[in-house]
Amino acid sequence: MDANTLYVLRIADACLIHGQRLAEWCGHAPVLEEDIALTNVALDHIGQARSLLALAGVLEGRGRDEDALAFLRAEREYRNPTALELPNGDFARTVLRSFLWASFMKVLCTALAASTNAQLAAIVAKSLKEVRYHQQHAGDWVVRLGDGSEESARRMGDALALLWPYTAEWFADDEIDAHAAASGIGPAWSSLQSAWRAEVEPVFAEAMLTPLADTPFRSTGKRGVHSEHMGFLLAEMQSLPRAFPGAVW
Amino acid sequence: MNLDHAWATLNGVPDPEVPVLSVVDLGIVRELAVNDDEVSVTLTPTYSGCPATEVIQESVVKALRDAGARDVTVTTRLDPAWTTDWINPAAAEKLRAYGIAPPHLKAAEAQPLRFHPKDIACPRCASTHTQRLSAFGSTACKALYRCLDCLEPFEHFKPI
Repeated sequence: MDANTLYVLRIADACLIHGQRLAEWCGHAPVLEEDIALTNVALDHIGQARSLLALAGVLEGRGRDEDALAFLRAEREYRNPTALELPNGDFARTVLRSFLWASFMKVLCTALAASTNAQLAAIVAKSLKEVRYHQQHAGDWVVRLGDGSEESARRMGDALALLWPYTAEWFADDEIDAHAAASGIGPAWSSLQSAWRAEVEPVFAEAMLTPLADTPFRSTGKRGVHSEHMGFLLAEMQSLPRAFPGAVW
Repeated sequence: MNLDHAWATLNGVPDPEVPVLSVVDLGIVRELAVNDDEVSVTLTPTYSGCPATEVIQESVVKALRDAGARDVTVTTRLDPAWTTDWINPAAAEKLRAYGIAPPHLKAAEAQPLRFHPKDIACPRCASTHTQRLSAFGSTACKALYRCLDCLEPFEHFKPI
C-alpha cells in the first residue's frame, strides 16, 4: 500500500474505530439524551469512515470497497491511533476522548481543505461541519464534569491521566506524514499540534483541567501495532461479515 | 417527460425522517436534467452518516420511473457540502407548522465553541423562553429543546 493510501486510512480507521466504541454506549448511557447523542455522533463517524474507506480503496487500486476494508482486514492492517481503540471506561473518559479527538478532527479537516486530492477535500469539508457539533457537545460535558462535583472532577482527572499520553502519537510524524506533506495530499500531523492545543486549552481552563507534561511514551496504532484491546473490538465488529460472507440487508 | 414534470415529481418525494419536507425543499437536489425519457439527478447528502440517504435515492428513482422515466441516473455530489441555508424559506415555515423549530442562524457563520443560542422560538407558542435539553435529538440533524412557557418539548433543526 502506498503512503498516501495509508495516510487516508489513518483518518478513515480513526473514524471507524471511534464510531464503533461510541456505538457501544447504545442502551447503556447514563441518561436517554446521552444515549441518543453518543449514537448520533457514532453514526456521523461511521458515515465519514465509509466515505474515507471508499476513497482509500480507490487509491489502493485493488478493487476493495469500503466494506472489505472495514470488515475484512487483520488487526495489523488497521491504522487508527491507539487512543481511539481503548475501552470506553466511564462516561467521563468517553466524553473526554470525544472532545480531544473532535478537536483534532476540526483542525485536521480545516487543513485538509487544501488537499490536492479533491475527493478527500470534499469529504472533510462535510465532516468539519459535523465535528464542530461533536466538539461542542463533548466540550460542554468536559466542563460540566471537570468543574462539577468532587466525584465528577476526580473521574475527569483520572480520564485525563489515562488518555493524555496517548495523544502524543497523533503528533509524532513518520515517513507517511513526510510523504503526504510533500505530495500535498495533507499536512504532517505534527503541524496541527499548536492549533489543537489552542482548541483544547480554553475548555480545559474552564473545566479546571491542566494538560499533562509530555512523556517518552508513544503508542503505535498508526503503524498497525495496537493495544491488547483492539483484537476484542475487531472480533465483535467483524463477527457478522466473517460468519456470513457477502451478507446483505 | 419534461423538466417541469421531473421537478414536480421530485417535489412529491418526502424526506423519510422529516416527511413534511420534500427532497426539493431540503435543497439536496443540486441538478436535474431530462433527455427524452432519460433523467439524471445529482443529490448531495445531508449528513455523512444519515441513514435516510439511501432510502432517498431509491425513492427518487422509483418516483421518476413511476412518472414515466425509462432511465434514471443518480449521482452523489459531496462538494459543496450541504448546508441548512439551502432549505428554502417556505419550507422553513412548513417545518415550524410540523413542530420543528427551523434553523435560524446562517450556517456559514461558525459559532464559538461554548456558545449556545438562547433565542430558539418554540414552534407551538413562539416563545423564546426555551431551554436546550440535548445537542442531538431523534436524528443527528436536530437538537432537543423544551419550551419553558407552554412546557412542550420540541426539536430544533440545527444550522450546519
